[in-house]
Amino acid sequence: MTSPETMPRPVPTATIAEPPVVVPGPVVIEPGQPTPGAARPAPLRREGPDKLTGRAVYVDDMVVPGAWYGGTIRSTEAHARFLGLDLDESFDWRRVVLVTAADIPGENVIASIKPDQPVLVTEEIRHHAEPLALIAAPDKATLRAALHAVRPRTQPLEPVLDPLASDHEFARYEVGTGDVDAALATADLVIEGTYRVGHQEQLYIENQGMIAVPRDDGGVTVYGSLQCPYYVQPALKRALALSDSQAVVVQTETGGGFGGKEEYPSIVAVHAALLARAAGHPVRMIYERHEDIAATTKRHPAVVRYRTGVMRDGTLVAQDIHVTMDGGAYCTLTPVVLSRGVLHAGGPYQCPAVRIVGTATATNTPPNGAFRGFGAPQTEFAAEMQVNRVAEALGMSPLELRRRWVYELGGTTPTGQVLRESVAGREVLERAAEASEFERIRARTAGQRATGDGSSPVSAHGIGLALAWHGAGFTGSGEVHLASVVHVDLDGEGRPVIGIASTEMGQGTKTIFPQLVAAELGLAEDDVDLAPVDTSLVPDSGPTVASRTAMVVGGLVIQAARRLKEQVEAATGLPFNVSAAAYARDHGPVRIEQRFEPYPGVHFDDATYTGDAYPAFGWAAAVAEVDVDLDTGEVAVRSVVAADDVGRVIHPVLAAGQVEGGTLQAVGYATIEEMKLVDGRYLNDRLATYLIPTALDAPRIEAILVEAPFSGVPHGAKGVGELPMDVGAPAVVAAIHDATGVWIHDLPATPERIVAAMASRDASA
Amino acid sequence: MSTRFTVNGEAIELETPGMRRLLDALREDLGLTGTKEGCGEGECGACSVLLDGRVVDSCLVPMCQVDGADVRTVEGLAGPDGLAPLQQAFLEHGGAQCGICTPGMLMAAQAYLEAGGGPDDAGIREAIAGNLCRCTGYTRIVSAIAAVAGETR
Repeated sequence: MTSPETMPRPVPTATIAEPPVVVPGPVVIEPGQPTPGAARPAPLRREGPDKLTGRAVYVDDMVVPGAWYGGTIRSTEAHARFLGLDLDESFDWRRVVLVTAADIPGENVIASIKPDQPVLVTEEIRHHAEPLALIAAPDKATLRAALHAVRPRTQPLEPVLDPLASDHEFARYEVGTGDVDAALATADLVIEGTYRVGHQEQLYIENQGMIAVPRDDGGVTVYGSLQCPYYVQPALKRALALSDSQAVVVQTETGGGFGGKEEYPSIVAVHAALLARAAGHPVRMIYERHEDIAATTKRHPAVVRYRTGVMRDGTLVAQDIHVTMDGGAYCTLTPVVLSRGVLHAGGPYQCPAVRIVGTATATNTPPNGAFRGFGAPQTEFAAEMQVNRVAEALGMSPLELRRRWVYELGGTTPTGQVLRESVAGREVLERAAEASEFERIRARTAGQRATGDGSSPVSAHGIGLALAWHGAGFTGSGEVHLASVVHVDLDGEGRPVIGIASTEMGQGTKTIFPQLVAAELGLAEDDVDLAPVDTSLVPDSGPTVASRTAMVVGGLVIQAARRLKEQVEAATGLPFNVSAAAYARDHGPVRIEQRFEPYPGVHFDDATYTGDAYPAFGWAAAVAEVDVDLDTGEVAVRSVVAADDVGRVIHPVLAAGQVEGGTLQAVGYATIEEMKLVDGRYLNDRLATYLIPTALDAPRIEAILVEAPFSGVPHGAKGVGELPMDVGAPAVVAAIHDATGVWIHDLPATPERIVAAMASRDASA
Repeated sequence: MSTRFTVNGEAIELETPGMRRLLDALREDLGLTGTKEGCGEGECGACSVLLDGRVVDSCLVPMCQVDGADVRTVEGLAGPDGLAPLQQAFLEHGGAQCGICTPGMLMAAQAYLEAGGGPDDAGIREAIAGNLCRCTGYTRIVSAIAAVAGETR
């Protein structure tokens, strides 16, 4: 074993980056190339050596002496009255602790938006795998035995499983512009479609897990795998009736999140904390994969009904869109997922008459929640299917049609937002089309179909295109309400220390923040420290979600670093990098606190749902090529060219890694990832049955990074995480259509659906 | 039962039930937590280790099969001077993001390289097909392994 000190570190060069300059038009960065203005190479992943040697400590790797093991008793019905627990009398219950709703010292509630979800069920079971009670035992075998010795007593109730049939609405939004009915009436052609997309599991490879350790002050410290420490901390305070200082949350190394560790960790943490309180011991609450898939949140299923009105020459005149999302049994984050879905449903296209109506309803299925893209992949799949079907109906190239429709600078969105800057839809479209040779290959696949010699080919090749936009940061006035705070400190030795609650979960938080601050202060990255993500040490810089970290939190950290630099240099008259140590020695530690202030000129009206829905948008295009087995319907996705505008590339390797990883999740969404439900229960709730792409399933992915900076932040970055998730699925389904001639309206485009569509077409031919 | 084996070159003797999982013996008895559990049923490969040079899912290997065997884990890859070339390549190419699949992925790659695997895309993808990664899209994992395979040839 080697010690951390012996691990090689990237060698900093003497050259210091210029502060990023905001340039008016998009700049195209080839993969692997440094960005303009970044005169030194990007640093290597900061925590990379720990992850590559096995030293990184994930929650289940923590050694906690005396810790007990916690488990959850869950419902086996989708809807029932909960009458109580039958305990097997042959089991010695003195060996364990059992916690029910009656043992909750605070409020029995987990609230993301509405306080509707209980920590533990009291009367009504509303979904399968809902937590009813908790058990902790000194060892795993005793815990297993105890869990098997409990039987819930219930009285079945009729479940609601169809979101369209539910009368319980979580949220409803309507946005629009122009007279849609009049425009549709005058259109030469109206294309209609109904699209259904299903659940998708985040499938982080590290399962959910928390370890709760009782504190001497009567509170609890919870260590765990999570995205948002300041979501978990208020949940602990509310359920356990704790003060701010009694509830401490510490993030452990986190093995993937993708939204799945946005809101659910609050439940795991509260459960672990309740058990630790009851047992008087630390409690490990580590989910197994089966439990994780069965119980935790998924991407919202949606039904999108879409009408597009066009003129013969290809002019877009109207979009009429109805979105229904299945929220599952509790509200979680559903209203904001729906809101983002509604705001993106028109796609990145200028249209004079738009009506988008969205509702999200309750069903007796496990609650759905955050997942990369957050509502936009569902509605933009429908939007892109419509564009491709309009192109087919008009006999136009899908590339050409998008060139005509895509937003330009000065365009106006359905909420009345004028796109004043940072518009790169056309650029990403052209870049993806050019790199993939879209028109040439499309002509070739068309030629192959036309010259068929009558013999039945075994497989067919196809190419497909999609374009999307993705609002950067929180929707509407979300960032104003969050009012995020960051710290940049100068410690007693004159080393800068960044204090943020933004979490590393693989995307590169721990690397880019020291990089940004080092560039401002004229230091090497290794001379900048990051405080541990521990709510007793770092301020609430907001949740690590919505692709907001690099843009919003990055901007605040740069502003704080600039203020620190000014303060030190004004006092010493010398550059920061040569005077900080002496300044700290003379003045003691310094803390610079930077609070979010609204971006200039960005206004949104929550009441009327009009105005600037996002401070800026990121833009993404993808071109996919597939081979489809015409006998079996099996799809092999061969390649995806993804062009993504991220505002400003901070770290080319990390940014391209986000595009590639998001693209593969989208390919999985398009082709193989499907949750099957029977009576409100996930049928394929194991990794053997819920499939995600392997290295053999994965296409060759080419990531092209485009830069159209956002002027509201000093570095121009807009975020990257979610962008690729919006375009992958519609590009793949368009390619399947190019290969087979059939449109698959429902995701995933499974072999069964493709074979059925081809059979139905052949029967009607 | 008593099981004798070597882990990363070190001789080990453990009193342990024969059906105890190698994964648990490594993580809990020997404190080698670099090897991860992702699914517990041999689907994800996060627990991959080398058993007599072959890649196995340590969640599926009972200790009774380990008697007399040579086990290698991620903790044994780096040398006294720092990261092994394979680890360094993962670091430079961006082959590790969240890092939870990384130890298993490295062991699968190590077995491939030791078997004389070359830098070709298809061969590498076949070799790591049993190791799921949800972050990277595999592109940078494949290029990292290819870089090392290209050098060692």
